[in-house]
Amino acid sequence: MLDPSVLNELKAIVGPDNVESSAMDRLAYSYDATPNLQAMPDAVVSPRSTEEVSKVLALCNRRRIPVVPRGSGTNLCGGTTPLSGGIVLLFRHMNRILEIDEQNLTATVQAGVITLDLIREVERRGLFYPPDPSSMKISTIGGNLNENSGGLRGLKYGVTRDYVLGLEIVLPSGDIIRTGGKLAKDVAGYDLTRLFVGSEGTLGVITQAILKLIPMPESKKTMLALYGSLEDAAASVSAIIAARIIPATLEFLDRPTLEVVEQFAQIGLPTDAQAVLLIEQDGPPEVVDRDLARMAEICRGHRALSVRVARDENEADGLRAARRSALSALARLAPTTILEDATVPRSQIAPMVRAIREIADKYGVRICTFGHAGDGNLHPTCVTDARDPDELHRVEQAFEEIFERAIELGGTITGEHGVGVVKAPYLEMKLGAAGIEAMKAVKQAFDPNGIMNPGKVFAKSSRKRVVVES
Amino acid sequence: MTALDKAKIQAEFKARMDEDELLNCMRCGFCLPSCPTYVQSGNREAYSPRGRIALMKAVADGRIEPDEDIERTLNECLGCRACEPVCPSGVRYGHLLEEARDIINRNKKYSLPARAVRSLVFKHLFPHPKRMRRMTALLGVYQRTGLARLVRKTKLLNLLPQPLAAMERALPQAPTLREMSRPHAPVRARGTARATVGFFSGCLMDTMFRETNIATMKLLEKAGCNIVVPGTQNCCGALHGHAGEKSGAVELAKRNIEAFESADVDYIVTNAGGCGAYLADYGHLLRDDPAWAGRAASFSAKIKDISAILFELGFHESGLRLPPQVVTYQDSCHLRNVQRTSEQPRKLLRAIEGVDYREMEQADRCCGSAGIYNLVHADLSMKFLDDKMARVRETQATTIVTANPGCLLQMKLGVEREGLSGRVRVVHIADFLLEAMDNRQDASGSGGV
Repeated sequence: MLDPSVLNELKAIVGPDNVESSAMDRLAYSYDATPNLQAMPDAVVSPRSTEEVSKVLALCNRRRIPVVPRGSGTNLCGGTTPLSGGIVLLFRHMNRILEIDEQNLTATVQAGVITLDLIREVERRGLFYPPDPSSMKISTIGGNLNENSGGLRGLKYGVTRDYVLGLEIVLPSGDIIRTGGKLAKDVAGYDLTRLFVGSEGTLGVITQAILKLIPMPESKKTMLALYGSLEDAAASVSAIIAARIIPATLEFLDRPTLEVVEQFAQIGLPTDAQAVLLIEQDGPPEVVDRDLARMAEICRGHRALSVRVARDENEADGLRAARRSALSALARLAPTTILEDATVPRSQIAPMVRAIREIADKYGVRICTFGHAGDGNLHPTCVTDARDPDELHRVEQAFEEIFERAIELGGTITGEHGVGVVKAPYLEMKLGAAGIEAMKAVKQAFDPNGIMNPGKVFAKSSRKRVVVES
Repeated sequence: MTALDKAKIQAEFKARMDEDELLNCMRCGFCLPSCPTYVQSGNREAYSPRGRIALMKAVADGRIEPDEDIERTLNECLGCRACEPVCPSGVRYGHLLEEARDIINRNKKYSLPARAVRSLVFKHLFPHPKRMRRMTALLGVYQRTGLARLVRKTKLLNLLPQPLAAMERALPQAPTLREMSRPHAPVRARGTARATVGFFSGCLMDTMFRETNIATMKLLEKAGCNIVVPGTQNCCGALHGHAGEKSGAVELAKRNIEAFESADVDYIVTNAGGCGAYLADYGHLLRDDPAWAGRAASFSAKIKDISAILFELGFHESGLRLPPQVVTYQDSCHLRNVQRTSEQPRKLLRAIEGVDYREMEQADRCCGSAGIYNLVHADLSMKFLDDKMARVRETQATTIVTANPGCLLQMKLGVEREGLSGRVRVVHIADFLLEAMDNRQDASGSGGV
């Protein structure tokens, strides 16, 4: 529990209404979207400005109180679960779009802006902010920055990192620093912008960002290809990339995923197919048409049962929305849904999909797979029941083997969800011991007292731990 | 709440809350933006569906005590269920909420006046059609005799909380006891019947909104329905269910199921979104009672809102017409989120010649009426209503159409508070459609549609 004097100091900084310490509020911020992970914070603090964030951090640093910055808590790696107690820092009052600069094509936003609100605002002006995590209706830009979120358009347009020009950051000391700016070019010193994006709140608190916008593509078309086998769909993905076409979106869903998504969305998805590719291209109309025709041909060449272009934007939007609901819809199948984030080079999609199926069979667990096939980012998702310890043990063995396989294929343990706490035990597989030490040195330099989001990214020991903690 | 109360509530949460349903929430947060109380609270998690489910689970797991804070957030939920259609995991939040409220209510020691009011409303008034009629008749006497004018003049109403005082002016003209006591005669469709329907006449709808019930039956008749109105039917029990009076609701449900079983109808038609949703949920309410579960499920399967059946029977193709006016539609939350009926009323309205239909922003957002929410959480309710009226203004509508008595009164209250009476009219969709039918080019109407 926090010392009452600390609570009073916090109240003096952010106002008494913005410090919550009731059992109800602490419980309500004890979790994020990660299954089976929960820990109570000591207080919940909602600052109203960067200056207040600075004072809160300085206080916490002085008193060695853990600080967990939290957007909307939609992450899946336990990144915002306050494992060591301390305070959860909310950005609900810092949610303004400060400026959309149509001359420099930038947007300046506070950390608490909801991603979809920003996307709508820039699209109203004919501009385009491509990062579109599936949770964009709820997630905040601050959360996206900390987790370096991806999305359905990652293949062609990249992820959040690729659209950050500058940041305003509060360091644990309370110092406020600004990196980058409205600049297309800037090589002054170390690239702290890139270091902080994806740092999962372990180095400091991002309070503001300058984001890059691009012109809205002229047109867009959406296509659905159905397959009788998973491998044919996966092989099509590699073939499309090898043919030097970069579609805006290239998403993969297997049959169990299709079934539950259709149950929720009811838009007439083909639940008799074994796998589906959702393909989009944008750009000048003639390029879109040409690329779609070539991709359709490639799909048919890989035994697609049918290839169909969405009639209009309405239908296409329905398809995309349905895809975004895939994870939550899978939660219909079983009490616990554990989603993973194994990522491989695009050419290795087919072997990875095959490996996931073999591993699931080997351990007798049920794994559905969907994901951003076009950028090699798969989401094998296990539907299980956290109340069954024996099955959970097999689930965790299966995932460990999936990660090993991904790394063997030249991949990584997470493509877009972050390491957080659930992936921490596997980080060494990817980085090696020296890699971990280099990262720890960075952490030590920014946060010598270890108050920033403790317990995340770095595992307490190198021994592999369970995926799910109870 | 004493420590003993808390311990009892905790034990009942553990025993009664549906663990699978609680676990089914995978905390993705997709529900957050659609929750009115979450948005209203300045995005506080504890006032969201995800937060409330986590709190219910934590109480059931013994992780936290069911204290006053938790009771408050559960009570402040509108129960609009806007979180359900957007939940990809298909969590039935409404069921969880009702169960939790029932547990808290059963273990709570209400103050004497609160107990008296609850007992009057839930035990002695709504379940008794005759008393509902007498009560409404009294209101009619008050409205007609000049007593109302006197009361208003003397500013006696200022003694009441503000929304109640304004509600007094928003209430429709109550029918007389004689008008209300006339039973609804069964109707045989002219020509070949296209469907045989049972009409659920309701308690408030059959007294205060008697006109709307009569209009509904005329529309059904015109659309080619045989209509049966079982005399032994009763209040649907929604008010009870939502307020944590589950046993009262169960009794009413059984009476209604019996009343309609003998009627042998294709559909049971309602014209109140809230009632319809509750009737459609009888299957869930009685699921653990082996003698009733099957009967309740087949009853629930027959429930259909008036706009849904009219649309199915092609009523909108019958040359409906009205003098030119700008119309907007306020969804009944339960009609939309539970019965999933939102397109049909809009299509019916758009089909009327003369109607310039303008969709209002966030028409699917609760108006703050929510059963008796506007009475017990008056301040919050008025905030929701003010937001709603701002949206109405944007449409410049002169007619607001609704599909549930609570929403109808609330919107009238909004119009009253905004000083728009006389300029903006609030009307139930059945009454509006009847006007459009009577106003057709061929008003003599040659039957059939």
